[in-house]
Amino acid sequence: MEAIILQILNGLDKGSAYALIALGLTLIFGTLGVVNFAHGALFMIGAFCAVTFSRILTLSHTVVDETKTDFLGNPLKVDVPYLHDLFGQATGDAIIDWAVPLSILFTVPVMMFVGYAMERGLIKHFYNRPHADQILVTFGLAIVLQEVIKYFYGANPIPTPAPQAFAGSFDFGAALGFDPNLIIYPYWRIIYFVFAAVIIGAVFAFLQYTTFGMVVRAGMADRETVGLLGINIDKRFTIMFGLAAAVAGLAGVMYTPINSPNYHMGMDFLVLSFVVVVVGGMGSLPGAVLAGFLLGILESFASMREVLEILPGLNQIIIYLVAIVILLTRPRGLMGRKGVMED
Amino acid sequence: MLGLNKKDLQLMLIVTGLTMLAPFILNPFPESSGMAQFNAGYPDLMQRFVIFGIFAIGFNLLFGLTGYLSFGHAAFLGVGSYGAIWMMKLVTLNVIPAIFMGVIVAGIFSVAVGYICLRRSGIYFSILTLAFAQMSYALAYSVLTPITGGETGLQIKSTDRPLLSNLAEGETGRANLFGMDMRQSFELNVGDWLFTFNAGYYIAAVVMLIAFYISIRIFRSPFGLMLRAIKSNQTRMSYTGLNPRPHTLAAFVISGMYAGLAGGLLVAMDTQVGPERMFWTASGEVVLMTILGGVGTLIGPVLGAGVIKYMENILSKINKDVLHEWFAFMPDGLEDFIVFLVYPFIGKGWHLTLGILFMLVVIFLPGGLVEGGQRIGKWIKNRGKAKDTGGSTEPAE
Amino acid sequence: MGILEVKDVGKRFGGLQALGDVNLSVKENSVHAIIGPNGAGKSTLLNCLVGKLIPDTGSVMFDGQSVLGRTPHEINQMGISRVFQTPEIFGDLTVLENMMIPCFAKRDGAFRMRAIEDMMREKDIVEKAESMLKDMNMADKHHMHAASMSRGDKRRLEIGMCLAQEPRLLLLDEPTAGMARADTNNTIDLLKQISDERDITIAIIEHDMHVVFSLAQRITVLAQGTPLVEDDPENIKGHPKVREAYLGETA
Repeated sequence: MEAIILQILNGLDKGSAYALIALGLTLIFGTLGVVNFAHGALFMIGAFCAVTFSRILTLSHTVVDETKTDFLGNPLKVDVPYLHDLFGQATGDAIIDWAVPLSILFTVPVMMFVGYAMERGLIKHFYNRPHADQILVTFGLAIVLQEVIKYFYGANPIPTPAPQAFAGSFDFGAALGFDPNLIIYPYWRIIYFVFAAVIIGAVFAFLQYTTFGMVVRAGMADRETVGLLGINIDKRFTIMFGLAAAVAGLAGVMYTPINSPNYHMGMDFLVLSFVVVVVGGMGSLPGAVLAGFLLGILESFASMREVLEILPGLNQIIIYLVAIVILLTRPRGLMGRKGVMED
Repeated sequence: MLGLNKKDLQLMLIVTGLTMLAPFILNPFPESSGMAQFNAGYPDLMQRFVIFGIFAIGFNLLFGLTGYLSFGHAAFLGVGSYGAIWMMKLVTLNVIPAIFMGVIVAGIFSVAVGYICLRRSGIYFSILTLAFAQMSYALAYSVLTPITGGETGLQIKSTDRPLLSNLAEGETGRANLFGMDMRQSFELNVGDWLFTFNAGYYIAAVVMLIAFYISIRIFRSPFGLMLRAIKSNQTRMSYTGLNPRPHTLAAFVISGMYAGLAGGLLVAMDTQVGPERMFWTASGEVVLMTILGGVGTLIGPVLGAGVIKYMENILSKINKDVLHEWFAFMPDGLEDFIVFLVYPFIGKGWHLTLGILFMLVVIFLPGGLVEGGQRIGKWIKNRGKAKDTGGSTEPAE
Repeated sequence: MGILEVKDVGKRFGGLQALGDVNLSVKENSVHAIIGPNGAGKSTLLNCLVGKLIPDTGSVMFDGQSVLGRTPHEINQMGISRVFQTPEIFGDLTVLENMMIPCFAKRDGAFRMRAIEDMMREKDIVEKAESMLKDMNMADKHHMHAASMSRGDKRRLEIGMCLAQEPRLLLLDEPTAGMARADTNNTIDLLKQISDERDITIAIIEHDMHVVFSLAQRITVLAQGTPLVEDDPENIKGHPKVREAYLGETA
């Protein structure tokens, strides 16, 4: 029982990331009909927004501290962040400590702009070209973005810690009445899951209850008709692309404490996210979210020791295996709509 | 001749000439000159040119003709490599059986994968092939370690005793063709130039020429016509009484066997294999090669493979110091500025150049470098004409 | 007994009864038109004949053999060719290549792998394709890209490709939809010529009454998924039921 709960919990954070990326992919695919191989790169750029933001916060100037000396006996030089000058030491440190959550504020506009630029500058010209061309050009773009990040930030992962307050773990076991220390779960992962749930909820609510969302949903169902109604659907789709980019970026920002960002993290997640989208059903938003969590949890179950003893290596292939079985038995995926990418 | 029309025969002869004279063509710069680092005429790289050329030719037979974009083709290359190395470890160090083994194993594997993946088309097909390749990679990396050597892969070791070899005790076997070592080279010094003629390269080059010839024949055959018909309009295809499924499967398997052939040859040259050969980035690379060179054209894939392997091995070696040396003639400030501008695109940043080049090709030149060449050729021709007839093209009224 | 016998065919889509108890008999070597207002089930019926849809009930017999449960290419190999509403041709290929494909399909069947022969050296195929193009008045367009032709030419090519297979039944789905008057008349003449010169049965679904009454020897009127009447053109024109269901609507 404890083991099962633990695996479900373990699957949730990875599942959250899958679900968020798959959600963005599906938004873009459903509205614009574009298969975006650069979506993983957006996730990665989001993560590096957090890195950049925390670097901005720790911008420092050197001050000579007369009271201390270094090992040579000279007065010690210390780097003092400008934030200390602005807000005093305690507040300044607190802000730096909270860099990751705070960088959300920085990431959203940046990602919206990146998404906007991508759609207007490149994707727009590919609406009427074959899906293979869309895959290829966004694949190329993904390589370019990845290399640009690598050039500026280097090839090594950059540790980006969560705020001190969330550094510990929560003892789920004790809370649920099991023995203590059986099911422990880092606070940050709980936060990540809650955060993902909020974002997903917000996206759905936005699509469900706003006029804008209604038009977009209608556009997803039947693009031509809405175009005929005289609604400027293209402009709305551009905004959708920005939104999808922001969702991917936020997923990336909040993931940094779980996994130190590196330049190829986007591609690593993208391959799996595509599988997730296909399993959920191309063009189905609930399908993408459901499949994301399902596959995340399935993956963590497959990495249990008991399972691996019977079927070694299962954790490595479970997602692909499920995808193959689903695609062959339910060609439209779990919740795919009829007529979406049938050929 | 050879059952080819005049144009194809010309192309075949040009390619034959280029591959046979490659040690000269790729080494145009004298050894002591600063440009020597652009010489690509060393055996290791030349082998890669032709082997990845084969891989790309095979990929083009599938994607170029039928339009099915496989994102997992490296799996067949990897499987072929594993097949070949086991043949060498267990049976004989002669490369021919090993290469055949690579082709056969990849062929069987591609029948199984193709049978399943081809039930879907479009993006679903791409994802399915990707899933299969990633699965193969993960399995080769972990569970199948007894067969694949896991992370470290497989090499020919001094303990390997192939059945049909008479190795001395403790001697490490070497890949050979009826006794001729693959690494055997003949070096020719002409003045300041050094040309290397490597046995392994010439064997791989001959195999590539055969593979290229077969691909021309397939392009011009009724079967090739059917494959192009599938790409163009599957509905009309089935309403013309043709069954698309066996056609695409046949193309998929042929393409997989080409990949296996390339995998077998890789093993024949360096007698080692690791699972990273099957990673999806390797599959992505063959896509890049084919598109860059010109998808659906005969020579494009070989060209693309050459360009990418050249960048990977030559462009990536240029570092900052070399750049400073080149631009040393400029005033200091300008020199630094130019180096600053150029540096991100070369050396370790060569992937960036590749990505940009690739995007430009997809956006502006769907026919790849081949189309680019044709356009330039046409432009020059037209310009020549315009000059000749410059006076008479004025509207006569 | 006609060459095509449709008996009690029914097809439901969810709650919608698209076809109910359709009976139809097409006589060999005749031109049979199926008309009806929008949503009468004409296209559904056609799709049931060529294997794209499988009817829920009833039977479809072609020359004494059932076509149900067979795939489109198998039905085509039995001798039924279909012309689409928007021309379905191989746009990326040249006109001659387009015409060669059905010739290969006729000679070699649904799948035969000839990967090493040169297709241009298959003399019989090339000759047949060229003569077929001549028949279609397209001899000068051999090396054109099929996609770059006018709609009328595409239609001619498609009909020619179907004829190259020497089918016994040619199905046409609104062959003149979206065509200019001149193109429509050309198509009518072409079809008349085909029906006169060849040993072929033509079944045509059409909206345009001009086309129908210039070509058809027999007409079936469909309304709301069931056949209303089946008769000769003269009788259909004056039929009160038809006027009510169909002609009245367009008048």
